[in-house]
Amino acid sequence: MTNPNNATITLVHRIRFVDGHGLTIPTFRLLKDDGHFYADAIAPELDKEQALAMYHSMVATRLLDERMLAAQRQGRISFYLQSLGEEAQAVASAAALAPEDMILAQYREQGALLHRGFTLAQFMSQLFSNEDDLGKGRQMPVHYGCRELNFMTISSPLATQIPQATGVAYGQRLAGESAITLCYFGEGAASEGDFHAGLNMAAVLKTPVIFFCRNNGYAISTPASEQFVGDGIASRAVGYGIRTLRVDGADTLAVFEATRQARQLMLDDPQPMLIEAMSYRLGAHSSSDDPSGYRSQAEEERWRKRDPIGRYRLWLQHQGWLNEDDDRRHRDELRRQILEAMKQAEQRAKPALESLVEDVYAAVPRHLERQLAGLKHPSSGRQGEDA
Amino acid sequence: MKQMNLLQAVNQALTLAMERDASVLCFGEDVGHFGGVFRATSGLQDKYGEDRCFNTPLTEQGIVGFANGLAAKGLKPVAEIQFADYIFPAFDQLVNETAKFRYRSGNQFNVGGLVVRTPYGGGIAGGHYHSQSPEAYFVHTPGLRVVVPRGPVQAKGLLLAAIACPDPVIFFEPKRLYRAAVAEVDEGYYQLPLDKAEVVREGSDITLLAWGAQMDYLLKAADLADNAGISCEVIDLQSLLPWDEDTVVESVLKTGRLLISHEAPLTGGFGAEIAATVQERCFLYLESPIARVCGLDTPFPLALEKRYMPDQHRIFDAINATMNF
Repeated sequence: MTNPNNATITLVHRIRFVDGHGLTIPTFRLLKDDGHFYADAIAPELDKEQALAMYHSMVATRLLDERMLAAQRQGRISFYLQSLGEEAQAVASAAALAPEDMILAQYREQGALLHRGFTLAQFMSQLFSNEDDLGKGRQMPVHYGCRELNFMTISSPLATQIPQATGVAYGQRLAGESAITLCYFGEGAASEGDFHAGLNMAAVLKTPVIFFCRNNGYAISTPASEQFVGDGIASRAVGYGIRTLRVDGADTLAVFEATRQARQLMLDDPQPMLIEAMSYRLGAHSSSDDPSGYRSQAEEERWRKRDPIGRYRLWLQHQGWLNEDDDRRHRDELRRQILEAMKQAEQRAKPALESLVEDVYAAVPRHLERQLAGLKHPSSGRQGEDA
Repeated sequence: MKQMNLLQAVNQALTLAMERDASVLCFGEDVGHFGGVFRATSGLQDKYGEDRCFNTPLTEQGIVGFANGLAAKGLKPVAEIQFADYIFPAFDQLVNETAKFRYRSGNQFNVGGLVVRTPYGGGIAGGHYHSQSPEAYFVHTPGLRVVVPRGPVQAKGLLLAAIACPDPVIFFEPKRLYRAAVAEVDEGYYQLPLDKAEVVREGSDITLLAWGAQMDYLLKAADLADNAGISCEVIDLQSLLPWDEDTVVESVLKTGRLLISHEAPLTGGFGAEIAATVQERCFLYLESPIARVCGLDTPFPLALEKRYMPDQHRIFDAINATMNF
């Protein structure tokens, strides 16, 4: 840089405040509502097998969500978060990655994990926090993670994964891997300080990370209009010197192609990218929330018509890759498998008591051994007594 | 062996760690070419390149979040927070993320390679925000290790152990002693055990316990007591989490008296935890109440800093009170 302020200095002699309105960020969309391409759209390279795999992952996500939200209502699991209306974003973006790419998620991206091969049994074990859960039953439902699938374990505090993704991607670049990191978060989380920290550091340190923002209009009850005033989240990237793209989050093919090209760009030239996917959170925030208190049925109905799965299914049918009978049979079979996996997971035992003090540290320290012994033999007196 | 001060010992530890292991990285504010505001990372960028020793933007939550990501990827980040007073913006990353990474993932992911180094403590006319001793906030967090060295030998050995340790470590460096503490230090690679207290001086009448810069005052007070005919057993706790209960308990069972001193405010300070534990485990052996000589429950003051500090005179007064109980 030639000047110490690292800023453009173009002298003017009359005051002109810049309000950002000159910057308009268009929304990338390939498929019309009828499932046909726009005239000037370029079809992504996608074979039948890949295309159907994405469809199946989206459908499976929706059916899993339906079943498990019901299970929460029945009191069988303590909590649930569905991704109704946002299935395309997680599935299609994950589909555009290589298996070695790292994913750091928020908590509404089960479609990405499912597409990577997390099994129904694994989902259920986490949801029922049984002894088969990879997380050993320690976290609330929907806090998935899988080392084997390069999917970092989810945590509740919002946006903490954003600067972490920058660090993971720095490690990938340092090791010379041809892999990138993809980091999901919502438009509400983007108000956290960690968003600012993570994006600025990614830009300065040139790390190959895609910041994938799901702008679904609400953070619990707070509409986006009470979250920020600027032009969505995409516009912010410009200020950090990060390449940015806004995409229709209900357009499976647009999300896939945007992510694929972003990945390709940063493999050749390591630097971050922001993708803002526009969608609508059709369901409640979580099983603990009732959206009727803060938004209208009419609004929900409008967005229900833009169902990402419906639009993508039309395209698959135009391609001659999907017929209705197969689709119905496939859904029935999935429902049966989900029910079966749920029943099995429900019957599995909880994790062993000893696991309570394991993994706090790499080895169980002396004071935790004492505390475990005190838990097992409460009559021995104080909590820290040796057994 | 070579004479060096605490800063030089830290610098040598970082140099050795980076030399031995290409996955060790040093970064933070002004850490790169400049070598840090205290010069702890001096020369590292020249030796190991800009990819392994570099400046970050000025964002503590970013530094620790980034370090969490690097460590989760299997690297060994040694992040610097310029003053411990400024670690609080990273509190969420440290407490909710760093500390829980291994546990919450069922040991699928961990940030064990992480070390956060940060200068702490008063006595340098640092006022509110260049003096704090925030160790007690972190000791309340399962999953972290908290380590505080008292001099150059300990700083080097404990820092090398922290970098090699499979758990995340917060490493508080007593900046009052950065240049003041000088000792003969082994120039080779060595580690000192984490979670081990060190009996620095044996005695029979009372156990004195502290850590970090406070050891300086504690030893001076022990000298004053010695002249008055009181035999003090002096212990440097070194690791605060997990802490070495057994060494402390063994000493108190012998002396029957305990004085704990720390610079941080009294209320909710780590001295309270030690006092409670020792009271539980040594109840029938204690001949006087456990004494705590600490900072006052005020923000760290500027003009009256010398009165605030729990120095050798305040400690000696408390030793006398305990002996005469």
